[in-house]
Amino acid sequence: MLIKGETGDWEVVIGLEVHAQVISNAKLFSGAATAFGADPNTQVALLDAGLPGMLPVINRYCVEQAVRTGLGLKAQINLHSVFDRKNYFYADLPLGYQISQYTQPIVGKGSIVLDLPDGSSRTVGITRLHLEMDAGKSLHDQHPSKTYVDLNRAGVALMEIVSEPDMRSPEEAAAYLRKLRAILRYLGTCDGNMEEGSMRCDVNVSVRRPGGPFGTRTETKNVNSIRYVMMAIEYETNRQIEILESGGTIDQETRLFDTVKFTTRSMRSKEEAHDYRYFPDPDLLPLVLDQAWVDEIRSTLPELPDEKKARFMEQYKLSAYDAGVLVAEKASADYYEAVAKGRDPKIASNWVTGELFGALNRLGKSIEESPVSAADLGGLLDLLADNTISGRIAKDVFAAMLETGKSAAVIVEEQGLRQVTDTGAIEAAIDGVLAANADKVAEFRSGKDKLFGFFVGQVMKQTQGKANPALVNEILQAKLKG
Amino acid sequence: MSIDKATVAKIAHLARIKVPEDEQERLAGELNQILHWVEQLAEVDTEGVEPMTSVAAQTLRQREDVVTEGDIRDQVLANAPDRAAGFFAVPKVVE
Amino acid sequence: MTDLTRLSAAEALDGLARKDYSAVELTEVHIRAVEAARPLNAFVVETPELALEQARASDARRARGEAGPFDGIPIGVKDLFCTKGVQSTASSRILEGFVPPYESTVTANLFRDGAVMLGKLNMDEFAMGSANITSHFGPVVNPWSPGTLAQHDEAFAAEGAAAELVAGMGQPRPRQEWTFTRKLVPGGSSGGSAAAVAARCVMAATGTDTGGSIRQPAGFVGIVGLKPTYGRCSRWGIVAFASSLDQAGPMTRTVRDAAVMLRSMAGFDPKDSTSVDMPVPDFAAALTGDIRGLRVGIPREYRMDGMPAEIDRLWEKGVEMLRRQGAEPVDISLPHTKYALPTYYIVAPAEASSNLARYDGVRYGQRIDGTSLKDMYENTRAAGFGAEVRRRILIGTYVLSAGYYDAYYLKAQKVRSRIKQDFDEAFKRCDVILTPTAPSAAFGIGENTDDPIQMYLNDVFTVTVNLAGLPGISVPVGLSADRLPLGLQLIGRPFDEETLLRAAEALERAAGFEALPPFMAGAV
Repeated sequence: MLIKGETGDWEVVIGLEVHAQVISNAKLFSGAATAFGADPNTQVALLDAGLPGMLPVINRYCVEQAVRTGLGLKAQINLHSVFDRKNYFYADLPLGYQISQYTQPIVGKGSIVLDLPDGSSRTVGITRLHLEMDAGKSLHDQHPSKTYVDLNRAGVALMEIVSEPDMRSPEEAAAYLRKLRAILRYLGTCDGNMEEGSMRCDVNVSVRRPGGPFGTRTETKNVNSIRYVMMAIEYETNRQIEILESGGTIDQETRLFDTVKFTTRSMRSKEEAHDYRYFPDPDLLPLVLDQAWVDEIRSTLPELPDEKKARFMEQYKLSAYDAGVLVAEKASADYYEAVAKGRDPKIASNWVTGELFGALNRLGKSIEESPVSAADLGGLLDLLADNTISGRIAKDVFAAMLETGKSAAVIVEEQGLRQVTDTGAIEAAIDGVLAANADKVAEFRSGKDKLFGFFVGQVMKQTQGKANPALVNEILQAKLKG
Repeated sequence: MSIDKATVAKIAHLARIKVPEDEQERLAGELNQILHWVEQLAEVDTEGVEPMTSVAAQTLRQREDVVTEGDIRDQVLANAPDRAAGFFAVPKVVE
Repeated sequence: MTDLTRLSAAEALDGLARKDYSAVELTEVHIRAVEAARPLNAFVVETPELALEQARASDARRARGEAGPFDGIPIGVKDLFCTKGVQSTASSRILEGFVPPYESTVTANLFRDGAVMLGKLNMDEFAMGSANITSHFGPVVNPWSPGTLAQHDEAFAAEGAAAELVAGMGQPRPRQEWTFTRKLVPGGSSGGSAAAVAARCVMAATGTDTGGSIRQPAGFVGIVGLKPTYGRCSRWGIVAFASSLDQAGPMTRTVRDAAVMLRSMAGFDPKDSTSVDMPVPDFAAALTGDIRGLRVGIPREYRMDGMPAEIDRLWEKGVEMLRRQGAEPVDISLPHTKYALPTYYIVAPAEASSNLARYDGVRYGQRIDGTSLKDMYENTRAAGFGAEVRRRILIGTYVLSAGYYDAYYLKAQKVRSRIKQDFDEAFKRCDVILTPTAPSAAFGIGENTDDPIQMYLNDVFTVTVNLAGLPGISVPVGLSADRLPLGLQLIGRPFDEETLLRAAEALERAAGFEALPPFMAGAV
């Protein structure tokens, strides 16, 4: 995507660093719990508080989760990786360093395929994934002159997933985050909940002339929603173009997203003299993995969004777009497959992506919270398929299902919505309509074809919409001709 | 490589140790003396030598994902110079 | 009754087993000895009540027939070990008042086997030093320091538990006043441990050794100090100085005691990722006295310029002592020896600069307030750390900083690999290596302090062992012309403490070192 500037076109270059909290019972290097929302400092082991003489011992499951994620990102798994100390001082960093992986991460190069709104796809490179421990939480608003520190989160395992600078628009960045989140959720390695902070994003942005060399980038830290990521990119892009066009230069710096003004601002205070003095953590030995173990994890990987999409296109003959929409969340895909089973897959897809998603969107509910179960939606489609109800009635029945939670069959029965297929009854209705509108019949016969719809509408009205539309058409045609 | 007053100030800041300006010169001298002495390592041929990363010839042992610690807030906070409402307290940080 | 403070731990264990005396009696005698030894400043915390409680429990266990292998032995614990409910400071102001809610694995192991703790022992601050002069609680005095003893017939002015003890026994004791004519250092960093063991106020003590901190002070006070193979003793609960070098070990009066005590200290600990999962042998069983055919490597590079002739002679004597018992001296070469100290003074400060970052005044220890968080950090760490610790943190910070890492830290770790390879090669030709422990005998407090490097040279013979992760032991072998103890060091293969101890006991027996320091707590 090119951006028009005063002095010509610009292109934005975006790379994302995502911190994804690993789903595990215990922390990366201590036996304290990871659950969200506990009372302050109740999920803190002696190591997490940085007490003297305490030592880290790595959690095997966190390693497994990182490997699983690496495999899900089609990435290289490094059988030999090293934990380093990243040294800096902060009130919520009890050890005075973060145990992380610097030069030898557990996962190397991989890739993510983005599904873009126009149905096309685009591959974004993954540079690396490494394991590290989270810091605690500082609360600045609890006391007028003090900052309070809660170490419950300190030591929880994070995966830092770094992309290549392969994205070229805020929309692509959003698509990347959605896809990454979907993969993590499919894998069960991160819940992807950005509100609770279990997925956080640092946004690297630079601009350049199309095809030219990369410009200087800024890094906007800890942006905690996809919407904010898009806003931060938008703002940074414009800011940088403005500076460059007025003859200025971009400082390579860390910035902060302002969630009130939707702007970014420099964090110079934190930037000063950053020198993390990385070195291998002497309390830990190199992490060496067994290829057989990695293969075992690979063999238990679930079907991931891309494979599922391909299968949906193949098996259900869905369009790339529809398949992409359905597999975006594993729960949606599962829901769809339950509905599609033994039914017309195309109709199932239309109902799930159309009526159901639209309704859920309006209600602000997730697929897991859907008031209509997949079985019930399937029941509705069955009534449609065997002509018990018409397509129009089906929409009303679906609305009633959303409202009441009752099954389609019950609603149809209760409200007498069964479709009228008795030709005699339909003929009678048509006769009535034609008799009452003799003038219009004459107009039709003199060539005003458009009036056909009017007659259909009148007949449906007469039958409270229950008449089988195909029969109505057929009989009406015959009678009007006659 | 030689350390001057500015470098002393920089590393003192990185290490979060206050060094009064009138001590920087003396410290620079001491540190230079030590650094000059350790720089004799440059004589050693280490071409193709792997850096030692662990003394023990073993790989990293891993523990099971089981919660074994926690709910010891009193112990965790017992030695804190300042604490309130279950938190550690420090001078206010302005971001 | 014999003076119980003169017994070795192994002898005391026999006496306890024979019911010649109880653990409580043994402990009471040592509590008085600890008090009498206060002029040495060897203790930073005395724990007589705890000791008596542990001694009573020990007697109860023994009565039930459940005595452990170290049951009832009164020891001192270096202040680097975190001890539950007992102040643990690493002899630093920054940890003053810190009371751990946990027990280090090594001390827990010792208590499991019945050890009785008399108190926490003084040391160089954060174990950084070779003379025990950097402690926040003041220097420790070597009991071999020359002095004079004057006797007063006044009632013993005891305080606290000792006063109760004395009152309980109803016998006023004469007060003795010891005046040092020259105060010598006990070596460091485990200087308090060394002084307390040598002055007979504890039967044994724990030490830690990062560059020689067990062996050099052991040499300076005429006792045995053993640094085990890296990974043999858990580091969990020991205040970290340099994680890849630190190792706990016993400081005792005999090699046998070191063997017995190590067995109780050592063992696999799942809480320490660098702890090695190997069975702990019965080290004392390895003391067969038979060293026939043992190949003893004599590294030519340890014959250093300017080394006192008497140390060279002692070394030769040591070689001869082993040869006469059937061992076979072998000339070996450890070509990178001269680079060990500079390597150490990059690696150790680098690790320390990171390990000591947690002392920031936030969660425990001392805090000096400031106008901001950063100001509080800088005030706390400037005031909380002593000059040597500050110096090493700054050096360590520098060698890890951007642009210097490769030239210093990475280079040093490569040279370290070279040093390790030297030993691997040497051990193809020999079973143990014999060297002096230190390049001099104990020196005066206040000497060697102008030039940090001069002080660092104390560890020139010991530091190689830490860099390579090997076991090493210092054995007292003779006296200098000034009648000060001199030790020799034996170095073993990784995890072959048994051969090392067997050779050490042979050396000990041949040397027959029986000289006693002028200042003896038990003499009171």
